[in-house]
Amino acid sequence: MNISLSINGIKHEADVEPRLLLVHFIRDLVGLTGTHIGCETSICGACTVFLDGKPVKSCTILAVQADGTEITTIEGLAKNGQFHPVQEGFWECHGLQCGFCTTGMIMAVCGLLQENPQPTEEQIRHGLEGNLCRCTGYQHIVDSVQYAANKLKTQSAKAD
Amino acid sequence: MIPNNFEYFAPTSIDEAVKLLEKHGDDCKILSGGHSLIPALKLRLAAPAVVLDIGRIKELKQIKIDGNTIRIGANATHSEIANSAELKQHCPLLGETAAQIGDQQVRNRGTLGGSLTHADPAADWPAAMLALNAEIVVRSGKGERVIKAADFFVDIMTSAVQPHEIVTEIRVPKPAQPNAAVYLKVPQSASGYAVVGVAAQLKINNGQCEDVSIGVTGLAPKAFRAKSVEDALRGKALDEGTVSAATAKADADASDAMEDIHASGDYRRHLARVYAKRAVQTAASRA
Ligand SMILES: Cc1cc2nc3c(=O)[nH]c(=O)nc-3n(C[C@H](O)[C@H](O)[C@H](O)COP(=O)(O)OP(=O)(O)OC[C@H]3O[C@@H](n4cnc5c(N)ncnc54)[C@H](O)[C@@H]3O)c2cc1C
Ligand code: FES
Ligand code: FES
Repeated sequence: MNISLSINGIKHEADVEPRLLLVHFIRDLVGLTGTHIGCETSICGACTVFLDGKPVKSCTILAVQADGTEITTIEGLAKNGQFHPVQEGFWECHGLQCGFCTTGMIMAVCGLLQENPQPTEEQIRHGLEGNLCRCTGYQHIVDSVQYAANKLKTQSAKAD
Repeated sequence: MIPNNFEYFAPTSIDEAVKLLEKHGDDCKILSGGHSLIPALKLRLAAPAVVLDIGRIKELKQIKIDGNTIRIGANATHSEIANSAELKQHCPLLGETAAQIGDQQVRNRGTLGGSLTHADPAADWPAAMLALNAEIVVRSGKGERVIKAADFFVDIMTSAVQPHEIVTEIRVPKPAQPNAAVYLKVPQSASGYAVVGVAAQLKINNGQCEDVSIGVTGLAPKAFRAKSVEDALRGKALDEGTVSAATAKADADASDAMEDIHASGDYRRHLARVYAKRAVQTAASRA
């Protein structure tokens, strides 16, 4: 089946089998390997991308379901060589160790902050329950989210 | 983990979907949010010849208030329901339930119609649908059929929906006292599914319980109405003694108690009693 979708603003067309998963489309056909495959069973969140503005697990979506949609992956976050505030938060607060969960985690954080720009620690932990990290023990991830939330607040105050 | 190959259709209207179902019914699976079906396809627990993706049918997405009826399209996602201001005003129990399902990514894809049809005995929606006396509307080539929530859950992973049918809409009567309701659950720590979940909707008049409906999920192979508790509360003042005695019967209407790695049958029965009590007291305090 022919599908056409936009990934990080670039249109991609391909003839795919209906059973192809979106995460395989992104990694194997388009070659964007920042989106990881952890569990393949919808639990770990490593494969999280934005689909039409919302975080989703791309291992649990068929590529054909994403026909006509707009996808953002981790590669689409930085602008003009500048980290997105959430990426900067993970950099500054050591929000990662091995980095395997990090790309999905960052996309999920973007989703969380979109819904709730100033989350409490409890809301952060609860809001990221779809993403598993085997290294950090989560505390540095919470710190990174708080850093990003503050940075985004300052940025939007400046823009006003 | 790669699914078996299948033929794929993505109709844009209910009529078109019904025609395709008539043609392929027996070896065809409907795909809505895909958050139960795709995992099953990947494990090849399901290997249909045809997958009918109803995600592009706009009519199935609507949420609207129609007089005294709340009408929710089968394809409304858990997130859309959780974030609907109209639903928050007319029936906050819907959003409260939706917000407790899985995680944000799951809520952005999973749908009300998919969850109900899947009839997972640990799913959250069945408890709320029972407490709200909802009706599920299904369509097939033979026309439309309306099924009461109380008749909808047949057995473990089995709903009343037949292979040639498509769920189109969920109708919820507007509650008389929308705030006098709650959904409480004990989540499984990995997935978030309910070990036990209890939804309660009350109608209170002058301190007396005029009406009550309670749905219990997670305990039995199918979600059920806790009729024994309801009967013991109706017409009574909701004092501590009455509520304790009534909710001690929260497991009385369970056909059986499930046992698995998450909890024993006895523990689930215990949780149902404790959570039924908390649910009735919380709903009453919100009235
Ligand atoms: C990690 C994870 C955590 C989860 N946690 C929870 C939780 O805490 N609580 C909870 O309740 N659920 C949970 N779920 C399940 C989730 O809510 C599912 O989305 C839901 O059960 C199925 O809805 P769906 O739209 O994804 O359906 P699908 O997977 O698309 O379909 C499910 C079944 O219903 C049929 N079907 C779907 N729509 C229709 C229709 N309109 N008419 C006829 N048949 C139809 C399909 O053929 C299929 O058999 C979780 C899922 C995952 C992956
Ligand atoms: S790889 Fe998709 S959720 Fe784990
Ligand atoms: S940093 Fe290693 S899994 Fe999270």
